[in-house]
Amino acid sequence: MKKFFKIALVAVLALSLVACSSSETPSTSGDPATTGDTASINIGFVTDTGGIDDKSFNQTSYEGIKRFASENGLVENENFSYLQSSGEEQYIPNLSSFAEEGVDLVAAAGFLFTDAITTVAAQYPDVNFLVIDVAGIEMDNVQTANFAVNEGSYLVGVVAGRKALETGTNHVGMVIGQESESMNGFWAGYQEGVWSVCPDCKISYDNSNSFGDTALGKTLAQKQFEAGASVIFACAGATGNGVIQEAAERRQNGEDVWVIGVDTDQYELGLYGDGTESVILTSMMKRVDTATYNACQQIKDGTFKGGNVDYTLADEGVGLPAENPNLTEEDLAAVAEAEEAIIGGSVTVSTVPQTSADNPLIIG
Amino acid sequence: MTSKKHSTLVVSLIAVILGILVGCVILMVTGRNPLNIFVALIRSLTGFSINNPDRGINMMYPLNWLLSSMPVILTGLSVAFAYRTGLFNIGGEGQYIAGSIACAAVALLIDLPPVIHTIACVIAAALAGALWAFLPGFLKAFRNINEVVICVMMNYIALYFNDWFVRSFLPIDEFTLARTVNFPETVSLGNLGFGTASQFNYGIIFVIIAVIVFWFVMEKTTFGYSLRATGFNSEGSRYAGMKNRRNTVLSMMIAGAFTGVAAAIVLIGNYSYGRIYTGFDNFGFDGISVALVGGANAFGVLASGLLFGLMAASETQFQILGIPSEVSDLIQAAIIIFVAMQYGIRLILDFLDRKTMKDKVKEVA
Repeated sequence: MKKFFKIALVAVLALSLVACSSSETPSTSGDPATTGDTASINIGFVTDTGGIDDKSFNQTSYEGIKRFASENGLVENENFSYLQSSGEEQYIPNLSSFAEEGVDLVAAAGFLFTDAITTVAAQYPDVNFLVIDVAGIEMDNVQTANFAVNEGSYLVGVVAGRKALETGTNHVGMVIGQESESMNGFWAGYQEGVWSVCPDCKISYDNSNSFGDTALGKTLAQKQFEAGASVIFACAGATGNGVIQEAAERRQNGEDVWVIGVDTDQYELGLYGDGTESVILTSMMKRVDTATYNACQQIKDGTFKGGNVDYTLADEGVGLPAENPNLTEEDLAAVAEAEEAIIGGSVTVSTVPQTSADNPLIIG
Repeated sequence: MTSKKHSTLVVSLIAVILGILVGCVILMVTGRNPLNIFVALIRSLTGFSINNPDRGINMMYPLNWLLSSMPVILTGLSVAFAYRTGLFNIGGEGQYIAGSIACAAVALLIDLPPVIHTIACVIAAALAGALWAFLPGFLKAFRNINEVVICVMMNYIALYFNDWFVRSFLPIDEFTLARTVNFPETVSLGNLGFGTASQFNYGIIFVIIAVIVFWFVMEKTTFGYSLRATGFNSEGSRYAGMKNRRNTVLSMMIAGAFTGVAAAIVLIGNYSYGRIYTGFDNFGFDGISVALVGGANAFGVLASGLLFGLMAASETQFQILGIPSEVSDLIQAAIIIFVAMQYGIRLILDFLDRKTMKDKVKEVA
């Protein structure tokens, strides 16, 4: 009996503490995702385990939603919010919670969501889903966004080719993270871009078979720079960070070598020395924010459709960053020219790369 | 001197309440509404939304709570089992991955009829977990090498071994190249989602069996008694004629088996394909907290596993209510600190006791 009394006492104390405290702070938020009236739009974004501030996919995708929100007067945590997944097992609970809370669009980025989206979208046929970089989901309420990486890679190929001519090495390089169809797009576009400005440029090509091996990236960069490459297109996630490190060390030793970043503007990642200069010549950006922005807009207009959406150069789905401190006016003019040619249709960029068997200019 | 008359249950309950209070204080300090913690916890616990009562009860949330509790109950049992024998099993992550490898291999490489195939996968995972825990137990028993060091090293060995093994011997999914192909339909834990999107499944049966096995072996058998004796006083138990070296090895292996089962349940129930881990799932580490809060006994671990599962499942609700998901981690950490401070809590309770006693004496007088 005494024991019970004590527990009750502690419980009452605890409750009174909470009760007191809550009367002091004005109760502001209700159930944010659900208080919105039917006229407004509710959007939910689920991150993968990288978190919302990953300086990559998740962050950029969410920025697209934020841009749409600010243009349409939507309020964060009322009309749009994100759920971070602390583990892969939380993808399905997070996606379905948004669906349960009645949001109009649930967005997620990355192929890791393939299974989770397929499962959840089947459970909620009335909720719309957007998933970026996933192909092959055929459902009425799932939009998959993919990017014409071959066109964007063509543009950075032009930049790389011009640099090779300028430095006189006539040699560029590329490091990929994994052989895949998407990677073939990068590789094919890059080849054509380089050879469009420097037809006899050699291209070193290495597959690191990893998106997370910084040390291997450094080794491969060493190999390619030693072979004479002056620019490396690093398409390999964190493995690419090793390429950037190697280039930074060489630049500090006075060598004229550069790296082309991928997915987001990686300029800041390439800062070295006193932090005023970067080894990142430019970056091949995938505008995932455009994909989320457009999907939100389609929800607003009532035109959202399932199926695959390709984001090409013409849709501003791929391209160079707005700011390119390491490019000259002439470089930018050449890029703009190539861009016009692709959009205008006078240049069609292939998605099937040549191999070293087809072309002796390819080393590797 | 503190007395033992206040049960671990009371102390743990007080620690939980204090932990949640810490969460409330943090929210108040950062200008958020602390009551939302309770709104979120109640939603996850019962499916009832206090803010939107008219929406009724959504069973998905309580089912997700049970789903996220299953692995931590099992890893909690694992840590508790070793702890009762005086061992610290911090190797849960390695045993978990070892279990997951075995589960995927049996699922993908062997043809068996339904149900039997699933049970074979779970047993294989348990054996692999036990095997992975054998080395730390053996080295501890026969060479007196600290099991913590070996366990931590074994965690990383498992992580990278998994990468090599899965890529070398199991069929890889050609679209993502980052996992195996799906398990055949004969490997399934069914679905107990009751029409909701929850992945809750029959894995719960294995969890219940594990709790009962833990309780029975530890409290009701001679073997369990000798394990506990080894835990209380290793040299003393040896003097009394118990095989404390054998006990140490077996205890680690049984602990590893519990974690192996956790891996199988998560792999079959949540994923249904073999995974290539890029990091730890952290269920093994969470098991340490669960065992500590649960007082290292079967039903205590069950209760504290449900509590930690609730915290994990509530992260979604927390975020929907504008509370950072880290607050859930923070509450868990605070609870652990308060449990670690249990002597302090006992002192306070004793003090209160004496006071009420004095008051009573006065009343009588």
